[in-house]
Amino acid sequence: MASSQKVLMKGNEALAEAAIQAGCRHFFGYPITPQTEVAAYMAKRMPKIGGTYLQAESEVAAINMVYGASSAGVRAMTSSSSPGISLKTEGISYLAGADLPCLIINVQRGGPGLGGIQPSQADYWQATRAPGHGDLHILVFAPATIQEMVDLVFDAFELADTYRMPAMILADGMLGQMMEPVIFPEKQVTPIDKSGWATTGTQCQRPHHVTNSLFLQPDQLEQKVVERFERYAQIQEKHTRCEEYLTEDAEYVVVAYGATARIARSAVNAAREQGIKAGLIRPITLWPYPSAAISAAVDRGAKGFLSVEMSMGQMVDDVRLAVNGRAQVAFFGRTGGIIPTPAEVLEHIQKLAGGER
Amino acid sequence: MDRLKRIVAVVGHYGSGKTNLAVNLAVDLKAAGKQVVLVDLDIVNPYFRSADFAEQMHARGIETILPVYARSNLDIPALTAELDGAIDTGKTLVIDVGGDDAGAAALGRYSHAIREAGGCDLLCVVNQYRYLTRTPEQADEILEQIQAASRMQVTGVVNNSNLAYETSAEDVLATIPFAQQVADRYRVPLVFTTVRRDLFQAAKQADVHREFYPVDIYVKKIWEE
Repeated sequence: MASSQKVLMKGNEALAEAAIQAGCRHFFGYPITPQTEVAAYMAKRMPKIGGTYLQAESEVAAINMVYGASSAGVRAMTSSSSPGISLKTEGISYLAGADLPCLIINVQRGGPGLGGIQPSQADYWQATRAPGHGDLHILVFAPATIQEMVDLVFDAFELADTYRMPAMILADGMLGQMMEPVIFPEKQVTPIDKSGWATTGTQCQRPHHVTNSLFLQPDQLEQKVVERFERYAQIQEKHTRCEEYLTEDAEYVVVAYGATARIARSAVNAAREQGIKAGLIRPITLWPYPSAAISAAVDRGAKGFLSVEMSMGQMVDDVRLAVNGRAQVAFFGRTGGIIPTPAEVLEHIQKLAGGER
Repeated sequence: MDRLKRIVAVVGHYGSGKTNLAVNLAVDLKAAGKQVVLVDLDIVNPYFRSADFAEQMHARGIETILPVYARSNLDIPALTAELDGAIDTGKTLVIDVGGDDAGAAALGRYSHAIREAGGCDLLCVVNQYRYLTRTPEQADEILEQIQAASRMQVTGVVNNSNLAYETSAEDVLATIPFAQQVADRYRVPLVFTTVRRDLFQAAKQADVHREFYPVDIYVKKIWEE
């Protein structure tokens, strides 16, 4: 017998298996590199466990199937990569407008347009600012390891159900494709009571439950949106997450999420060896954003921040908002599918520490 | 390794470690004086593939045959005409096939030509730490599908059980009964158990009569220099 409880999984497979273990039995998707293994895994496993795997005719259809399944109260999910997520944004907005939970996975690739098939983090703005039209937020989780992908799938489903809103795992092609050892938590998934709203049939015993995102009366719509934002405020207060590394005495703080944070961590270690007091803040939730942790680092005396991303600079906006002009904010990124190296990040930490901008 | 046929095709479950084995075999066959061609026949997965190591291979005098669009950022599953020619040249071919039956279908395209050229060793790589091949029965199911898609019979099993960078010698040793069972069910030999080079001595000492094959890890972690 194998000597370890650990198994070796590719990120995409781990996302799929975690969703199954979190009680998801309804997957609707459409293949696209570099997330196709999520769908392929579901296609293999769902029929064996009484679940539904459906390859839709398009991403638009898939997200609307999620809308339907979620209305009926089941844990439903879809998965895609950047161009496919753009197609889903209409449906995501409808889900948000109808207060429906679901899980959306975005294994990002380079853009815009069809872009490329190599890893990217250029959908940060889309995920955190405009995952669909209208006043809305979705929960956005940013795993950095395959183990964290597993753990966050459980959390994403639970928070989505609790607050009745879509949740997204924002990964990238590198995380989706790489393999690491993981342990699946033996978690008892407590089903969240959806009997107050799920469209499960009245049995002539109760009034109809209606799934709807259309509210033509302005005052009614405003009230709906304001209520939703009150929930958002609770989430910001209770569920903002980040990991801090060597930030206690840090003068220069790198801010990076996902696979990029692992590269940044190596660079921070290298900077420390050179006597630069560097640290790392790794947002685990991108919405809500860990602004407070960044602001606290400024309070402790951090002089400069460096946002490192696989994009032309998107999350750096949130770093600037959190810093609020109280310290220097620099950016380093590679894009188009190029992964920054620890040496490049170190060079930019050195520049920041040397006062260069 | 000396017992291997001139053409060796490496098949197995997604992520079982086919590419790393194929690259190691190519390097060692070259070191043994063979004229080696490493063939990347994976038209399923655009990430982590033999084509990634083409430059390293060329530096060692190993030829490569790559899918037309490999590493071009296009995910078009097109085969190359070069392989048809290479089968007849008498050179030693190491063919890195894509995962599962989906990947093995590409090999099926060449099964006739390979048979005409005297057949090949079809090595099925297993890794017990992969989630869908934890038991011999599960490994069997995938092996069966691969045989059907490749239109060839597996001639040997390679135990490549590992937990990536967390692997210990004990982790490897613990999987040998599993791999032996997979091989026994198909009445083919367990050709060898791979073990990362730095763990080779420990494994060898623990099980002296066992055939171990030391491998180097070619896929590097992005967060290391």
